[in-house]
Amino acid sequence: MFTTSTFAAGLPAGRPWLRYAAPQAFFPLAGKAIPWLLGAALLLAAFGLYLGLLAAPPDRVQGDAYRIIFVHVPVAWLSMLIYLAMAFWAAIGLVFNTRLSSMMASALAPSGALFTFLALWTGALWGRPTWGAWWVWDARLTSELLLLFLYLGFMALQAALDDPRRADRAGALLALAGVVNVPVIYFSVQWWNTLHQGATLSARGASMAPVMLQAMLVMTLALWAYAIAAVLQRLRGIVLKRERHTAWVQAYLKEIKETRHDLG
Amino acid sequence: MLRVWWHVLRRDLLLALRRRADLASTLAFFVLVCALFPFGVGPEAGLLRTIAPGVLWVAALLASTLALGRLFAHDHADGTLEQLALSGTPLAVIVLAKVAAHWLVAGLPLVLLAPLLALQFGLSAEDALPLGLSLLLGTPALSLVGALGAALTLGARGGGILLSLLVLPLSVPVLIFGVGAAAGDMGEAGSTAIASLLLLGGLLGGALALGPWASAAALRIALE
Repeated sequence: MFTTSTFAAGLPAGRPWLRYAAPQAFFPLAGKAIPWLLGAALLLAAFGLYLGLLAAPPDRVQGDAYRIIFVHVPVAWLSMLIYLAMAFWAAIGLVFNTRLSSMMASALAPSGALFTFLALWTGALWGRPTWGAWWVWDARLTSELLLLFLYLGFMALQAALDDPRRADRAGALLALAGVVNVPVIYFSVQWWNTLHQGATLSARGASMAPVMLQAMLVMTLALWAYAIAAVLQRLRGIVLKRERHTAWVQAYLKEIKETRHDLG
Repeated sequence: MLRVWWHVLRRDLLLALRRRADLASTLAFFVLVCALFPFGVGPEAGLLRTIAPGVLWVAALLASTLALGRLFAHDHADGTLEQLALSGTPLAVIVLAKVAAHWLVAGLPLVLLAPLLALQFGLSAEDALPLGLSLLLGTPALSLVGALGAALTLGARGGGILLSLLVLPLSVPVLIFGVGAAAGDMGEAGSTAIASLLLLGGLLGGALALGPWASAAALRIALE
């Protein structure tokens, strides 16, 4: 149905991968990637949790309570990374007028909001035994909470606008207006006197035990793989919904209905 | 270009003055919200004096956010906004004029009224000065940021609530430095109040530079 020759004519020489800017081309690619990403996420998470929960020693000051770092830091990093990715794809969609880029931004938002919520929640769970408080209004926590509101605002704006192209562009503008918050979160511990601890990792090295660092990085990769898989799955759904009037989607849905007897 | 700016400003002011009920309702909302807090937290004087800058700032933020829905809606409804967008003048200049009119009608009255309400909260005259200054710098910034939200949600379902949901997170930096300037001590040169005022001025400068341009882009998206 989708042949290389139909598309090769319009592509710039030496950049054949641009055909994946078409929803029709990217849809099967995403479908093939998802199982691999989920498998990788599962394996990495198993290894990371082993390293973090069993192999890493207890902390000198916090004992075993610090182990939530192996979930808290990865989800916090991902919440910021996903916002940057969302703003990036939204900007690409705004500038180059490509539908799939805007669909990707819309697909990234709910995952980003979820990871932001998890970062705040795991942070609260960590803060209770160590700081004695579920929540403090310090710079990093406040700006992370703002990030959650920015994600929710993006999703609300896109839900309120009926025309999908207008929703894409308006959401892109909003996402770009809010992107300045991400450096604020990241540098908040340097710029303000905050209760949240400062950066343990820097370009010069880490001030934590190697096995802890390894566990944290492995968990980051695991959650990153999971996030990409979830986003791609959501993107497939958005593509089917937005392109439902096209012949390829209708053929695909017909094929699904014929092979899956529990549907239709 | 300056002539067009001036004429759009005059037109918006004239239209706003013809609907004086809208102005009055914004002011009344401000006063009402400020009056609600003592009912909520109790009349203890020390507590009220502590929370006064924050309460006044949040009330000003909410009142000006509510007034933002009208910024572009009326002109959009009767087609004037499209004509303004099609005119030769840059849309950012027109947005700047409309925001200036909005601030004069919905922001400046709050600034002038705030010291009076500060008295209700037990703030002395010398405490009311930093509060007034911070609101003077902050309310234009709020109007500029809010214009972006108003342009994005033009004609969308969800109305004022969606506008508030979008504008309030973007207004938080202004709120933080505004309250910092209002609550701090203006005495020494290196005090928090002066620093917060300077940062507030910086935010206003940034909003003046970027806000109209972003709002114009959002208006063009909404007008397609």
